[in-house]
Amino acid sequence: MRFLPSEEQSDFARTLRGLLAASDVPAAVRAWGAGDHAPGKALWARLAATGLFALAADEAHEGMGLMPLELATGFVELGRAGVPGPLVETAAAAVLLTRLGDEAPAKRFLPGLVAGETSATLTLPGAGPYALDADAATHLFTVSPAGELRLAPGAGPLRTSIDPARRLALPDGGGELLAAGPAVTAAARDAADWARLLTAAQCLGTGEALLARTVEYAKQRTQFGTAIGGFQAVKHRLADTLLGLEFARPLLWAAALTLAPGEIAAAKLTAGEAAYAAAMTALQLHGAVGYTEELDLSLWLRKARPLRDAWGSPSQCRAAVLQERLRAL
Amino acid sequence: MDLNHAADVEAFRAEARDWLAAHVPATPLPSLETREGFAAHREWEALLHSARWSVVSWPEEYGGRGVDIEHWLVFEEEYWASGAPGRVSQNGINLLAPTLFDHATDEQRARVLPSMASGEVIWAQAWSEPGSGSDLASLTSRAVRTEGGWLLSGQKTWSSRAAFADRAFGIFRTDPDAPKPHQGLTYLMFDLHAPGVTVRPIGRLDGKPAFAELFLDEVFVPDADVIGEPGQGWRIAMSTTGNERGLTLRAPGRFLAAADRLVELWQSHGDPADTALRDRVADAVVGARAYQLFTWANASRFAAGETIGAESSLNKVFWSQYDIALHESALDLLGPDAELADGEWAEPWIFSLAGPIYAGTNEIQRDIIAERLLGLPKGRR
Ligand SMILES: Cc1cc2nc3c(=O)[nH]c(=O)nc-3n(C[C@H](O)[C@H](O)[C@H](O)COP(=O)(O)OP(=O)(O)OC[C@H]3O[C@@H](n4cnc5c(N)ncnc54)[C@H](O)[C@@H]3O)c2cc1C
Repeated sequence: MRFLPSEEQSDFARTLRGLLAASDVPAAVRAWGAGDHAPGKALWARLAATGLFALAADEAHEGMGLMPLELATGFVELGRAGVPGPLVETAAAAVLLTRLGDEAPAKRFLPGLVAGETSATLTLPGAGPYALDADAATHLFTVSPAGELRLAPGAGPLRTSIDPARRLALPDGGGELLAAGPAVTAAARDAADWARLLTAAQCLGTGEALLARTVEYAKQRTQFGTAIGGFQAVKHRLADTLLGLEFARPLLWAAALTLAPGEIAAAKLTAGEAAYAAAMTALQLHGAVGYTEELDLSLWLRKARPLRDAWGSPSQCRAAVLQERLRAL
Repeated sequence: MDLNHAADVEAFRAEARDWLAAHVPATPLPSLETREGFAAHREWEALLHSARWSVVSWPEEYGGRGVDIEHWLVFEEEYWASGAPGRVSQNGINLLAPTLFDHATDEQRARVLPSMASGEVIWAQAWSEPGSGSDLASLTSRAVRTEGGWLLSGQKTWSSRAAFADRAFGIFRTDPDAPKPHQGLTYLMFDLHAPGVTVRPIGRLDGKPAFAELFLDEVFVPDADVIGEPGQGWRIAMSTTGNERGLTLRAPGRFLAAADRLVELWQSHGDPADTALRDRVADAVVGARAYQLFTWANASRFAAGETIGAESSLNKVFWSQYDIALHESALDLLGPDAELADGEWAEPWIFSLAGPIYAGTNEIQRDIIAERLLGLPKGRR
C-alpha cells in the first residue's frame, strides 16, 4: 500500500496548474457566462493538448485507456482554476462511448473528443433533466431509461444557473439513434459514476480555491488595527474549512482507485459539502465585498452550490453509501 | 497510488484475526474505569502480551513484533472489529513509550518497556494542573535537586486512570528563574505508591473514577528516572503530543468498527421513514472511511520518510467530533432505551464527550491549524 499520488500524477497536476495560471481563466468564465465561448474554447484546446480527455477514452480511439485517478487529479485543478464548460460531461461522454462495446459511435465521436476538437454534453437516466452548456457543446447525447443512446437534434431554451457560467437546457426528444440495449444502460451507469467522481474532484478544487483566496484576504484585510486573520473566530472557521477539504481528498483518491459506487458517492458527498462550506466561509469572511459579482471570488462562490448537487445530491449520495454498506455487512 | 496491502500484511491480519477470535472474552469485561474492571483489563493486557499482540510496533526485545505502521493499522482494524476490550495501558503505550524511544537511555528502555508491554506496570500521565490546562507551560509543580535525584512537590490533576495505576510520567519546574515559562522544565517518571504521594480519585461525568488528582509532597525521584536532560522537559513533552493527537492515539479501526455497529443498530432499530437519521448513519460510515484513508495517506508519508507535524491537529479535531456525532446517532436510534446507564452505548457516549477537551482542546487545535497550516497571524495564547 502506498496511498499517495505518484510522481507522474503530481506532475500532471502541476502541468495543468501552470497552464491554467498562465491563462486568464476569470476572463474566460465571464465571457462564457455572457454567451461568448471563444476564450473558453481556446482554453479547452490547450487543456486537450495536455492529454486530459485522452484519459477517458480507450487506446483504439486515440485515448490512453480509462485513467480515473489521473483524470480526477486533473479535475481538481480545473475546479481550482474555475474552468467553464461541459468538462465533466465531455469526459463522461467519452467513457460512455468507450464502454459501449459498439464500434460505430465510438469511432465516429471519440477521436474528436480526445483531441479537443469537439466537446459533448449529455443527460443520463437517474440524473438531472438538464444538459449543461448544450449551446456550446458540439454534441448533445441522451440516454433514455429504456437504454437508447441518441444524438439529440437540439435543446429547449437556455436557462442560466445560479452560476452564470453554467447554462442549462432540456434536450429535445428524438434524434438519431446511435445504440440501444442493455450495453447502453450499463455504459450509462459507468458514465454517471465517472461524472459523479469528476464533479467531486471539481468540488474539491473549487473549495481549495475559495479557501486559498479567503486566507489571503484574511491576512491583508485589517479591522480594529489588526489583520482579521488574527481573530480567533476567523481562524477557527478557516481551520474547519481546511479540515473539511483535507478529509475529502483521500476519499476522492479512493473513489478514483476503486470506482466503487459507494466510494464515489462518499467522495462526492464529502467534497461537495466541503466546497459549499468553504463558499459560505469565504463569503462571510470577505464581508460585503464578497457579496459582489465584481470580485473574482464570485466565480467560485456561485459554483459551489450547483456542483454540490450536480450528478448526485448529498441525499442521493448518502443513500448510495448506506445501501452499499448494508449489503456488505 | 495503491490501496492493497502486501501479502505479508494480509497474512499478519489473518494471524491477528484468528488469535482474537479465539481469545477475546465472550462477555465484555467490566468498565476499565472501575477497580474490578481495571484488574480484569490488566489480565487481558497480560494475555495479549503473552502472544505478543500488546505492542506490535515495538522492537521484539521489548515484547513487540517490530512491524511498521501499516501492519499496526491493520492490527488495530482487527482488534476493534473483534470486539476486544479497551486498552488500559494506552497512556503508557501511546504517550510515554514514544518518548522513551526518542529520548531515553537504553537502561531506561530496558527497565520500563517490558513491564509496560505486559500490563504489569500501568502508567498515568501527570501533565495537567489545577491552574494549567491549555496553558500547560504555566505549570508550577516543582522538582528540587537533592542527593541522587529530585524531590517533587505540588499538585497534578485529571490524570487518567491514576486512581488504579502504578506509575506516572510528567513535567515539573526545575528552574523557577528561567526567563520563559516553557524553559526550566524537566520530564520524569515517578511511583504513584511512593512516600509523599496522595492519590484522590475524581468521578467523571458518569461517576466512574476515571481520573485522579495527585498531591505530591517531597516525593523522591532518582536521577535514573529523569527522561532526557533536565530543563529540556517541554521540548520532550511536545514531541509526545504529536503522537497523542496524530497517528497513534485513535486508530481508524476503532471508528470503522463503531460505524459498522451503528449500521447494524440502524438495521435493527431504524425507521426507514426517518431519512434524517438514516443520513447521519451514512455520515458515520463516510466519516470512518475518510479517517481511515486520511490516516493511510499520512502513514504513506511516514513510510516515505516524511514527518507529520501540525497535520496531527486535523486528525484530532476530526476524530473527536466524529466520535460524538456517531454516539449521538446511536442514542437517537435507541429511543427511550438511550438513557439507560447500563446500555451498550451509554459509556462510550460519555467517553466521546471528552474528546474535544483532552489531548489539547479543539480550540487550541484549531489555532494550530490556522497558524501553522494556513499561515494566519499568531494570536495571543
Ligand atoms: C477525560 C479526560 C482525561 C484526561 N486525562 C488526562 C491525563 O491523563 N493527564 C493529564 O495530564 N491531563 C488529562 N486531562 C486534562 C486535559 O489535558 C485538559 O483538560 C486540557 O488540557 C484542557 O485544560 P482545562 O481542562 O484546564 O481547560 P482550560 O484550559 O481551562 O480551558 C477551558 C476552555 O477554555 C478554552 N480555552 C483556553 N485557552 C484558550 C485559548 N487560548 N483560545 C481559545 N480557547 C481557549 C478551552 O479550549 C476550553 O474550552 C484529561 C481531561 C479529560 C476531560
